[in-house]
Formats: sequence, C-alpha cells, structure tokens
Amino acid sequence: MTQAVDISPVLELRGVSKQFLGVRALSDVGLRLFPGEVHALMGQNGAGKSTLIKVLTGVHPADAGEFRLAGAAIRPTSPLQAQRLGISTVYQEVNLCANLSVAENIFAGRYPRKGAAGGWRIDWATMNRQARELLARLNLDIDVTRGLASCSVAVQQMVAIARALSVEAKVLILDEPTSSLDEDEVQRLFAVLRRLRGEGLAILFVTHFLEQVYAISDRITVLRNGEFVCEKPAAELPAPALITAMIGRELASQSEAAPAPRPAGATPFLQAAGLGQRGQLQPVDLDLYPGEVLGLGGLLGAGRTELARLLFGLAPRDQGTLSIDGRAAELASPADAVRHGIGLCPEDRKTDGIVAELSVRENIALALQARHGLAKTLSREQQAAMAERFVKALGIKTASIDTPIGLLSGGNQQKAMLARWLATDPRLLILDEPTRGIDVAAKQEIMDEILRLAQGGMSVLFISSEMSEVVRVSQRIAVLRDRRKVAELPAGSSEQAVYHVIAAQEA
Amino acid sequence: MNQLFKHRLVWPAFTLLLLLALNAGFNSSFLHLEWRDGHLYGSLVDILNRAAPLMLVSLGMTLVIATRGIDISVGAVVAISAAIAAWMIGGSLVIQDGVATHSSRFPMWAAVAGALGVALACGLWNGVLVARVGMQPIIATLILMVAGRGIAQLITGGQIITIYYGPYFFLGSGYLLGLPFSLFIAAAVFGLLWWVTTRTALGLFIQAVGVNPSAAHVAGVRARRITVWVYAFCGLCAGAAGLIVSSNVKSADGNNAGQLMELDAILAVTLGGTALTGGRFSLAGSVIGALIIQTLTYAIYSLGVPPEVNLVVKAAVVFAVMLLQSPEFRQSLRTLVQRPATGRQA
Repeated sequence: MTQAVDISPVLELRGVSKQFLGVRALSDVGLRLFPGEVHALMGQNGAGKSTLIKVLTGVHPADAGEFRLAGAAIRPTSPLQAQRLGISTVYQEVNLCANLSVAENIFAGRYPRKGAAGGWRIDWATMNRQARELLARLNLDIDVTRGLASCSVAVQQMVAIARALSVEAKVLILDEPTSSLDEDEVQRLFAVLRRLRGEGLAILFVTHFLEQVYAISDRITVLRNGEFVCEKPAAELPAPALITAMIGRELASQSEAAPAPRPAGATPFLQAAGLGQRGQLQPVDLDLYPGEVLGLGGLLGAGRTELARLLFGLAPRDQGTLSIDGRAAELASPADAVRHGIGLCPEDRKTDGIVAELSVRENIALALQARHGLAKTLSREQQAAMAERFVKALGIKTASIDTPIGLLSGGNQQKAMLARWLATDPRLLILDEPTRGIDVAAKQEIMDEILRLAQGGMSVLFISSEMSEVVRVSQRIAVLRDRRKVAELPAGSSEQAVYHVIAAQEA
Repeated sequence: MNQLFKHRLVWPAFTLLLLLALNAGFNSSFLHLEWRDGHLYGSLVDILNRAAPLMLVSLGMTLVIATRGIDISVGAVVAISAAIAAWMIGGSLVIQDGVATHSSRFPMWAAVAGALGVALACGLWNGVLVARVGMQPIIATLILMVAGRGIAQLITGGQIITIYYGPYFFLGSGYLLGLPFSLFIAAAVFGLLWWVTTRTALGLFIQAVGVNPSAAHVAGVRARRITVWVYAFCGLCAGAAGLIVSSNVKSADGNNAGQLMELDAILAVTLGGTALTGGRFSLAGSVIGALIIQTLTYAIYSLGVPPEVNLVVKAAVVFAVMLLQSPEFRQSLRTLVQRPATGRQA
C-alpha cells in the first residue's frame, strides 16, 4: 500500500494561490498524487479543500501556481477541459439527471453515434453495452435502461463515478462521496476504490469521517486556512495528530462541560400532550424545561424532524395540545412560534436556513426583525452591532459582516444560523442536526455553545444522527422509533442504552 | 472611481444618457426647455410626462419581481382602472345654453377612489392566487391578463368612452410648479416605496422572501402575507397608471389602454438591474429603466423610423442594451480586448 518514492507523481500542484473578493482562499498550496493511491485531502470547513478541487478542475482559475499532469504543464480552464485531460470529479451533491436512464446519465453529452454523415443517430445498443461494462468494473450489475430516479443514492453515487470513469481518467476526485451512504454502501464503495487503485488510478478523496480516512487512504494532505500543512503516509499520521494538524491546536477534552441536573420543582417551559400529526407522528408527550437539553434519539425517519416541525408550527398538528408557561398556545406558523420565544435551526441549512445572497448581517438580523415586525425596525447600525457581536462570540469566519452568507463555509453558515436565533433571545431553541456536514472543531464549538446556553437558562431540544453527541449534551433523551416516542432516558445514559431502546422489539 | 463603476445604477444611467445624447444629436432642439403657458415645455418634459404611467407600473412590478414573482396582468389592470374611472366620470357632453358644461356621474374623488379600489382588488386577487393557492405567478396573473381586458370592455360596453369632464384632465396633462402633475404622482410613489423599503424592515423581508421563501418562512417572516400585499400594491400602481393614461388621452379604450405595458414594465425593471430571479432590487433602477424605454420610443418617432419597422428597431436597441448591461458579456469583451496585450507580455 505504501508508495514507492521513486515513482513520479501523475499530478503535481505547486504554489497554488487563489483569492475571492480579497479573501485568501488558497495560499501557496501543493499537492502530489501518485498513480495507484488513494489520497485523502483533509481540513476543516473553510480550509480550502473545495477551492483546491475547483481550481484543479478548472471551475475557478488559479491566481498563481504550477499544475503538472504526468510531467506536462497544464492549466485547465473548464471542468470539461480538465476531464479531457483525464481529471474526473464526482461532486458532493450528485450532479445527475433523475429523469434519464442510468446509461444516459453515464454518457450524457457524449452519446455514442451511428449512421450517415458523422452519426445523426444515437447508438443506444452500444451505449447500453458500454454502460454495463463500466458498471461491471464497479461491481455493479443493474439494468442500465432503468430511470436513475428509481435507484438508491448509493447506486446513483456509483453511476456518477462510472460517468467520471467513462472518459479515460488518470485522476479521480471524490468530494465527500460517503456523506449520504450507509455503512454497507460505504464498504462497497471502498471495495470499488481499492479495485480502481489496483488499476493504477490516482484517487483524491475528501471526507469529514476520520475512520474512513484510515480505512482507505494511503497518504494524507492536510490544509488549514488555505495553507498547506503537511503531506504524510496515513500510517504516520494517527488520528489525534491529524486533528491537531487540521485545527492547529489540540482538541479540547470531550468531557469538559457536562449537563447540569435540572433543579427540583422546576416548571416546564413547554408541554406537549398527545401532540401528533396523522401519517407523520404518533401522539407524543413531551415536557421541555428551562436550562435543560433534551436530546432526541432515533434513526433516520424515526420522526425526530417531524416532532421539531410540529413544535415550531411548521407542520399542522391535528392531535393533542401544546402549552407554554402553563397556558394553552396555538402555534399555527413559525411566526407564532418565534413570538412565543421559540427558535429552530432547520435540518437543511441550504433550503430552509440561509438566505444565500443576503449578507451575514442581514441573515443574523432576520429572525429578530421578523419577531419585531415592520413597525419596529432595526437600524443598519443596530444590525451591524448585533452581527459583529455574534461573529466575535461564536467565532464566525467571514471577510466582513456584509459578505453574502452563501460564500461562507458550512460550519460558519451553521454558526450564523445559531446567531440568528440567539439574537432573538429564545426561551426554547430547537436544533435539528446542527452539526451535520461541519468539521470536528466547529462541531465541538457548537456543542459547547449548546451547553453554555442551557446553563444560561435556555431550553434546548437537540437532534443529531450522531448518538455520541446526543448522549454527551443531553440531560434527558427521548427516543423515537417508527414515528412514536418509545422511551425517555435519563442523563448519563450510554449510547448502547439508547441503541438498545431503538432496537428493542415492540412488546 | 472604480467604486463608482461598480455601482449597479451606472450602466442603466449610462444607457439613458447615451439615448438622450443620441436624440440630442439628431434633433438640435431636443434638450431645449422653455417656459410657456405657465409651465416648462420641451421634449424632455414630454418624455417625463409620458413615462410616468410606466414608472408607476414598473415600481409596483419591481417589488413583485423581488419576491421572485411576476405580474403580467398590469396592462389589463390599467385598462380596467381607466374604464372604471371613465365610466364613473361619465361619458356625456351636456350643452346648456350653448355652453358645454362638465358633467360627471359621480364626484371625481369617487371615480378616482373607485378605480384605485378595483385595481387594488385585482392585485389582491393575484396575490391570493400566488401566495395562498400556490399558483405559479405567471399563470396566476395570466388569468387576469386575459380576463381583465374582457372586464374592461364590459365596463366600457365595447366602446371607447370619451371623457369630457375637465378637472379630470389635470391628472394626466396638468402642471404643478411648472412640471407635469403625473410626475408628482410617480415621484410620490417612488418616495413612499423608497422610504418603506429602506427605513422599515420591508426591504429585508421582501429580499429574503425572494431569495429563499422557505428560509424566510422558517425565520418567522410572514412570507405569504408580504407576497399578497406586494401583488396588491402592484395592482394599485397599475390603477394609478390607468388614471393617468385615461386622463391624458381623455378616453378609456378597454381594448388598447395599457396594451403590452406588462412587458414594458418587466423590461424596465430588468434594464434597471433587478434580476428576474428575485432578491436584490433597485427602485431607482426601475425608474431609469422606464425612462430608457420612453426615451427610446421618443427617439424612434422623432427620427422618423418608418412605423412598420419601429418594433424591430426597438427590439434591436433593447437587445444591445441588455448585452451592454450583462457582466458576462462585458467580461468576454474585456478579455477579447485584453488578450493581445497579455500575449505580448508573455
């Protein structure tokens, strides 16, 4: 697995720099890919991984730097050109057409032709045969004339890889290929990657999952703040050293802040009795106390997000009652919930959270302004002061508060969403997967912030697919299974205990 | 200086100046202004007066487009408003003792209020279809675009109603402080909108709804309510434009009043730098856009372009203007110009 040093790299980057609107995204970065290796590109959100890939594949032109492919200088100016040179990329979001067949997706734009005058007609038979051959190379045997929409995400991922390989690729770039795959699917993907590695392909692999890095990678390049930190064989860079290289310091010990027990005799802020929505959630009883973090445990599709939406007035409840401070409350819309002092960081940051084209300042001010309504307008100065305060308090990395929020990295967008709700000084904050898709250090910071907020008297409902996080911050854990609440566990419950409840059969 | 060129009103303003210069070049008296009959007189004043209805409609349209919508019914609403006002003012000339007297069926204020009220109702209808029923804006407003002409013709009885009531003419052809009165209406609406969108949170809400309606909703913005009222206001603007148009031509023609005005308004908004994809908007840009269109129309007539080709000429100019305003096009022009230079350096 280890790479002999005398082989020359198939792709070599030196001194690559790139600025966006005066912000240095990459500064003098180097990268070497050898044939027949899986190379992990690591770094926090905003470290420059995506920028490096985009520069390498011609999406953005580099400001400076030297690119060599098999020894020859190249300078890709478009993804198409990079692909023709043999650099293929599979992006994080699968960029395929759901309404086309598997084979059509693999060959879109390059359909094999036949017939007179240079091929007027698409050669469907050849296309389907070649598609089958390509997929066979990936250990996948499916009907290639099937619509892509009917395939699982994992298969779609394979199709995207097949598409990348259908041109004679020397370098394959995979940007977070495993983020939507389950464990088995990841293993199948890795088997394919090992096979491709055996064929001499150089594979650049970007991920946030450390264990996957060690499962598949031969060497690791680490970036931090747009700068090259190190390039080492995976065996020589154990996980703690890798994290230190990524964040520039040692990660604080995990058990520093622990949830405090709820004082006896406390009255709940919000009480739900028999709260439910037909087809979405079976009736649930839930009490949320000030100063307490309630974790929601459960598998994907267990009804966690549905519960959050009901509590925030995003979904219409058709059963049960809600009371806030002991008085019955009607939450017909998010505006009502906001008025009652409830905030929700939604699961899907891009579609339900950020307003991409607006500035960080406007994004942070939005919920508070919505709560105030039109009459009581925050002045630009008030907005700016507020935004500056949160940018500093939460360590949001942005060129300025007037930068469009869409330009920020995922972790910083998430912090800005947190800031949006903290600005409203909520009494209950619902966090639906606040740590998804963000890096280790930002995760830790957000978890610490959650604990601080609860200590300050806020009630927090915390949803995460990573059970270790739920267990760590929660005083109580409500476990959902098949859209019903099945148990409530006390603080200090182990992950095993939660999984045990989830896995338990119906009595 | 560089900062100035990046301001988003630079290109619309530049285009307008270019068109004005073109007019001045072909017609030496174009920029001439004189005081006659107690008011300013000249081509520029004429352009301002004639552009006022389009400015009003474009201002309303700007907010609709900022919410990622579109309203193609404004032309029909102009016709409805004109028809109602004309009908309420009354279409009969009464000659008593050899003197023509003004007669009106209703007091003028009632006619104005009636026309504006119905226009507001038209806008509300559109808004409810878009925000509550959930129709695509172009389809929702297409209904009124088609039906509205019919409604206007029903009101006018299929005839062109001529208006004889003198005081009504002030709206479209009167002068205040030496300037066309219609201009004051447009300026008042502009001032009001500017104040409301910059001094209250409405501007932020509209942009948030336009960029990401779902995120705005989750943040507690009453997105639907805002959308409904934005359409309602657009209808109201079209109603005001209808009053000015009918007053200016002293008649109401259900078939032709405000014909294709929706397209001119969309064009004016686009020329002014507001993207049809919603979000950031520029009220001043839309006003400039309306002036560009009116100046262009004026140029086509004053240059004596044959009527059969004037639409083609207009389209060609609009095409050129759009290219000029496209950053991508300017960028590719720049690289085209600069490439030989960098080549020599290398």
